[in-house]
Parts: sequence; structure tokens; C-alpha cells
Amino acid sequence: MSALAALIRRDIRIALRVGGGALIGVLFFLTVTVLMPFAVGPDLALLSRLGPAILWLGALLASLLTLDRLFTADHEDGSLDLIVMSRTPLELACAAKALAHWIAAGLPLIVATPVLGLLLNLDGTATLAVAATLLAGTPALTFTGMIGAALAVTLHRGGLLLAVLVLPLSIPVLIFGVAASQAAISGPLPFGTPFSILCALSLASLVIGPFAAAASLRHGLD
Amino acid sequence: MSLGPYASFIVTSYLLVAAVVLLLIVWIIADYRRQQARLKEIEASGITRRSGRSAADVR
Amino acid sequence: MLAAATAILLAIGLYQSAMAPDDYQQGATVKIMFIHVPNAWLSMFVWSVMSVAALGTLVWRHPLADVAAKAAAPIGAAFTFLALVTGSLWGRPMWGTYWEWDARLTSVLILFLMYLGLMALWRAVEDPSRAARAAAVLTLVGAINIPIIKFSVDWWNTLHQPASVLRMGGSTLDKAFLWPLLVMAIAFSLLFITLHLAAMRNEILRRRVRSLQMMQASRVSFTSEAGAGPKEIGAA
Repeated sequence: MSALAALIRRDIRIALRVGGGALIGVLFFLTVTVLMPFAVGPDLALLSRLGPAILWLGALLASLLTLDRLFTADHEDGSLDLIVMSRTPLELACAAKALAHWIAAGLPLIVATPVLGLLLNLDGTATLAVAATLLAGTPALTFTGMIGAALAVTLHRGGLLLAVLVLPLSIPVLIFGVAASQAAISGPLPFGTPFSILCALSLASLVIGPFAAAASLRHGLD
Repeated sequence: MSLGPYASFIVTSYLLVAAVVLLLIVWIIADYRRQQARLKEIEASGITRRSGRSAADVR
Repeated sequence: MLAAATAILLAIGLYQSAMAPDDYQQGATVKIMFIHVPNAWLSMFVWSVMSVAALGTLVWRHPLADVAAKAAAPIGAAFTFLALVTGSLWGRPMWGTYWEWDARLTSVLILFLMYLGLMALWRAVEDPSRAARAAAVLTLVGAINIPIIKFSVDWWNTLHQPASVLRMGGSTLDKAFLWPLLVMAIAFSLLFITLHLAAMRNEILRRRVRSLQMMQASRVSFTSEAGAGPKEIGAA
């Protein structure tokens, strides 16, 4: 257990220090969100209607951007081989790494959401709803994205291949995340229905992600 | 056999399926020929399989 | 042999679907069903075949499983594409729209994207056995989508009609439609098996070419001091 805690602490420290990628994700999130009004026009009513979708897309792309480094950095300096060979089960180590990545890269996105909500003319309840859905949904993005990251590192290919593999898997999360936010703001549907499906998706990916990533690491690294 | 007011949709979809299936078949045959040609080329240059059988025959 | 059986069944199926009566609601457009449903069914079946092959790759590490999985991907993508397009052409007269973002259509579209991603993965990696293991993991993860597609019409109340052929308490489809559909489904399955076996044979040949080229390259590097080397590399 302490090995996992050490792994989490190390990953967070690496992500947050100079040269770590976590804060670039937030910056990217901010940039994408600021770009949107230029694309669709500064109509405040339209922006508040599109707001949840814009924030969700921004968060999805930002988490995808930072996922590229999840295993690559460790692979380059050789610590990934140590993690694979250690006595701690690889599935747990993968889960720990994903958790650390989510704390370092996912939580800042959620903290930034209220500020960006102001820019998109979202009111208090809407911002809260988007933040809540992001809080429930981003673990799913991280844990499914981890599968893609593990595949990419074993193939020595990153970047676009990762995006092509991961984006189809993240479509359901996007659908129910935006549906839940819309339901809280305007929709006829109660907030709870899509939100609980979103939570279910997160929990399912919490189980599937580490196993698939560990399998791909174990079979891919020779 | 009359196809009613939507004949163009029906005919298009049947033709499209036929086209894609034919494309698949043609691609697979072309691929087979290409691999065979390459194997013959390599064999002609004096490289043989460890079993000594001809490289081009299947199973 | 298999190809002949496929051709005969396809001919019978096409004849039967041409002779099938018009539906009292849908008119003649019901004929699109005879190609749409087999393609849609195969789009899921091919992924299931690839999932079994993926298990073979990961558990037994059998190279034939790698070959089967790789050969199936483009064929499955083609069938999924056909299911989407014929569905779209059927939807235009019946629903008044080519595309609707309902659960069944969206999940099949996701399946199509995953087929393309899988093919990109196969093409991205030089070493075939390494690519096979990566693709196997992705295939098994993507297999979650299959039951979602199957039951999407029951779980969500959507535009797409629920299953009517295979269900508890017998088919709701009239015999006049059921028979052509079944024949076409079997014919398309045979078509897939024929194409799959041919594509697997191609893949085996491709690997043989690869290994022989490796032998050639290593032999050339041994003898390159004699001056015969570079020309042969150019010929390969």
C-alpha cells in the first residue's frame, strides 16, 4: 500500500513541478473556451445555451492532451520497467498512476470551470451542474484514456494515434455529461437520471481501465 | 415488380452494397496476386524457406 | 467451394427479396431491410469474431489468432459502413431524415470509428506480433460496445425499431419477409467467412514475404563485403 502511496505522491510532484504537463492542460482548457465565442459569435444567449457543451469539449480535449505523457515519461527514464517488474500488482500501479494524473490534471480543470462559466454567461446553478458533471465524468476520461496511453507507449507512437483510439471510447461520457448539465439547466429530464449513468460509466471505467492498461503494458513491453 | 415512389433509394442501396462487396473482393484478389509475385521474386533471388517448400504455395 | 455456396445463396436471397411483397406500411422500401439487417448483424458479428481472436492472441499467443484479427478488421469496417449507409437510405423515406442521433445509430457509428481506429493501430506498428497484442487489448475494450448496440433499442426509446426477428415468443415478422431475410443473412455470413479466409491467406503470405525479406536482408549484410549486397536490397 505504501508503495502505491509513494507512486501517487511522486507522480503528482512530477506533474506539478516545472516542466510537468498538468498546468498546461488548464491553460489549454482556457484557450479552447476563449476561442469558442470567436467562432460562434459573442451572442450571450447562444453562449449560455452552448456553454456546458463547450466546457465539456474543452475538458475532454485538455485531458486528452495531457494523457499523452502518462506513461511516456516513465518509459523514457526507465521507471516504467521498474513498475512493471515490481511486486505491486501492475493493475493497482496503473490505477494509482491514473489517480495521480486525475488529481494533478483533472481537478484543476474542475476548479477552473466556474471562472470559464462566467465567460460563457452561465448562471450559478448551471456552473455548479457543469462542475459536478465534470467531477463525476473526468475520472472516466482519465481511466479510459489511460488504455490509449498504455497502447501508445508500447507502440512508441503517441499523439494522433492516441486521440484516434481514445475519442470513440469517450463519446458516451461526453453524451451523458452534457445531457446531465443540460438537464440541470433547462431540460425536461431530471438531473439524476443522466448523472447516475455518468457515475456508472466512471465506475465501470475505474474497473476496466487499469486491467486493460496493465494487460497492454505487460504484453507490449518486451 | 414495382418499386414505388422511393425506387431510387432502394436501387442506390443495392448498388452501393454490390459496389463495396465487389471492391472488397477485388482488393483481396489483388492483394493475393501482389504477395504471390513478391514471394516468387524473392524465391528467384535464391532465398528459400527453412522447410524447403516453395514459398508461394499455401499450407 | 465456399465461394460457390455463397454465390448460390446470394442469388436465391436476391431473387426472394425481389419477389417479396410490399409492406402495407412501408411499401417497397422494405426491400432495403434484406441488405440492411444482414450488414448490421455482421458488423457486430465481425467484432465478436475479432474479440475471440483477441483472446487467442492474449491468452495463447497463437499467431493464427493475430492473422484472423487483422484480416477481419477491414471487412468488418466495410460491413459497418454498408449498414450505416443502407440504414440512412432507408431512413430518408421512412423517417424523413438521413441521420438521427438516436442510441442505435450513434452506437453503430462509434463501432465504425473503432473499426477505423483499430485499422490505424494495425498500420501504425511495424512489428506484427506487437501490433497484434495492442490491437487485441483495444478489441476487447471495444467489445463492450456490442451489447450496447444490441440492446440500445430496448434500453432507450428510440426512433429505430426494436428487434423483430430473434425474440422471445417468436418473430413478429411475417413469413413472406422472414425467409428472404434469413437466406440473405446466411448468404452474407458465408460471404464474410469466404472473404475472411481469403484475407487471412493473404495475411499469412504477407508475413512470409516479411520473414523471407528479413532472411534476405541478413544474408545480404553478411555478404555485402563481397559487393553483391546493395543491388539485392534494391530489388526487394
